[in-house]
Amino acid sequence: MSVCQALLVQVTEIARQRGAQAVDSITVQIGLLSGIDPAQLRLAFAVMRAGSESATAELVIEMTAVEVRCLACGVCSETLVNRLVCRACGNFRTRVIAGDELRLLRIELKA
Amino acid sequence: MCQTCGCAMTSAPNLGAAAPLGGQHTVEVLENLLAENDRVAKHNRTHFDDHDVLAINLMSSPGAGKTALLEATILALKSRYRIAVIEGDLETDNDARRIRAHGVPALQITTGTACHLDAAAVHQALHDLPIAGLDLLFIENVGNLVCPASFDLGQHLNVTLLSVTEGDDKPAKYPVIFRASDLVVLSKTDLLDVMDDFLPERAAAHLRDLGRDTPLIQTAVRRKPSLAAWLAWLETELRSREWIYRRVPARRSSPGGLLSGFGE
Repeated sequence: MSVCQALLVQVTEIARQRGAQAVDSITVQIGLLSGIDPAQLRLAFAVMRAGSESATAELVIEMTAVEVRCLACGVCSETLVNRLVCRACGNFRTRVIAGDELRLLRIELKA
Repeated sequence: MCQTCGCAMTSAPNLGAAAPLGGQHTVEVLENLLAENDRVAKHNRTHFDDHDVLAINLMSSPGAGKTALLEATILALKSRYRIAVIEGDLETDNDARRIRAHGVPALQITTGTACHLDAAAVHQALHDLPIAGLDLLFIENVGNLVCPASFDLGQHLNVTLLSVTEGDDKPAKYPVIFRASDLVVLSKTDLLDVMDDFLPERAAAHLRDLGRDTPLIQTAVRRKPSLAAWLAWLETELRSREWIYRRVPARRSSPGGLLSGFGE
């Protein structure tokens, strides 16, 4: 809900700045490790968009997989959310380089 | 295809940023959804830094013993450090009253239905809880292992409790919050001899699987109090002052460099 509210505030601001009549679609990027459940975001969006510029907008969610870079061997590998170890050498000291995004990518406006 | 629920959702077609299509145009945004929260969190952190106050966000599932750990910590440290507590709960000021009973200022935030604290709530609380002269501020988050992980409050360090009456696989079940932790505290370890299905080494293995070298320490406050490792960690952090102007918590990486300042 809080995330959806933040999303609608951001979208409304951009739509007003651009003088758009309505928002056709909103594309967000959600990493599997972001802690945000896409189904819940959809549900919140369906309820909370009412009365806003986004009332008839489509919500497009792009999911991103989790990828880590090994701090020992430098190899980048795709991992499960709860097993962020290097797939090449097994080292557990890694840095997450993708999969924790929570971003508004783009919106389509009706002029 | 959506990887989480398997629905047949596809990526939006790339229309190009400067290609108006029949009265329609696309605006490329690329902004963090929690940018506003993060802005307020940064403001809070600057406020803590300016007053030389170490701010610790204490998280766990409900009933893991956050308040009990704070009470014991206050008893052990209040003669040497000036401590205050911000309490987050859905309802009641019971926890703030427990803290105040030890002679330490405490401010209760009741969130109503919200299952987490956010930076704005903490900012509001700071207007009513003077932090000048403090050494240490604990922010006890709402008992929940999911949502608190996503909201930066402006804290310097995240501490997550895992009580031995829970499963030792909690770090595998709730990877986001445990990965964001600077320290994991196994609480209620005086019950380990009766909780024979909880293996601390198994919890440690699940924690290491999250790709960080997060320390795991054991505490107990009731039957056989054991606080030495926790107090030593706290005092090391208080003395090291590495947290001042250091970074935001290890909560989110910075894909594409958009969220500069995030990550370690």
